[in-house]
Amino acid sequence: MFLNQFLLLSVALFAIGVYGVLARRNGVMVLMSIELILNAVNINLVSFAAFTENIAGEVFALFVVAVAAAEVGVGLAMILLLYRNRRNIDLTEIDLMKG
Amino acid sequence: MNLLAQVNDFNPLLSGEVVVAQNIAFTILAAIMLVSALRLVTTRNVVHAALYLVLVLAGAAGIFILLGAEFVGVTQIMVYIGAIVVLFLFGIMLTRGALGTEEEGNKEPRLMASLVAGLLVVVMGGALIDTFGDAELLRSAPSTTAEISDSIFSQYIVPFEATSVLLLAALIGAIVVARKD
Repeated sequence: MFLNQFLLLSVALFAIGVYGVLARRNGVMVLMSIELILNAVNINLVSFAAFTENIAGEVFALFVVAVAAAEVGVGLAMILLLYRNRRNIDLTEIDLMKG
Repeated sequence: MNLLAQVNDFNPLLSGEVVVAQNIAFTILAAIMLVSALRLVTTRNVVHAALYLVLVLAGAAGIFILLGAEFVGVTQIMVYIGAIVVLFLFGIMLTRGALGTEEEGNKEPRLMASLVAGLLVVVMGGALIDTFGDAELLRSAPSTTAEISDSIFSQYIVPFEATSVLLLAALIGAIVVARKD
């Protein structure tokens, strides 16, 4: 197996996640796209861990999973708060802090 | 060389058949992941998007196991598919109908987003092909859970403790943000 096939898969997933973050308006969809980006990072970390035979990449992938869990918890709480206050989770309409 | 010696010399990680099987498995997993990821960001139904997310995460777990990182793969299945997707489904159902299933609107954000994504693929893919060319992955023995735990609880103990504090802070923060007062 080549290293590049994993890295290119990771790039493709990352780009799809970036598209989702930029193009979707639903807050939950944006969070899911961020999960795609984090998974692309994890594939990168684990494939470099296999490439360099260094376990550190796998350890950091585990840390990324933990941080992603925390991020989803807080993000969904914020979206629920948004929904309760405005009955709407369209992120393009949230302009309260616009200068 | 008798049969017993041949069996003893046989290294399953270095034989050609295993490499072919690994490449077939990688191709299938990558195809599933890319198609589901594309459907995830383009589908109108948010519940379907969460189910496509399950496919992508399961494919990533398969990739980790293919790379010899079994513990990370199992953690991926337990934490992501077991917990985070359920959290997403809760979030979707609590905010159901907020945006409707239709996301009509002007096409401009989509066009710009696909431009950005395409540029990312071209630039980063070009850089990767230029840098790593045809670097081969060494097929050594897969990493064991004991190695990972040794590494976490000796060298990376401070980040590990910081992660536990972060999880506690996120838990309390989520409760404070989402409670009804």
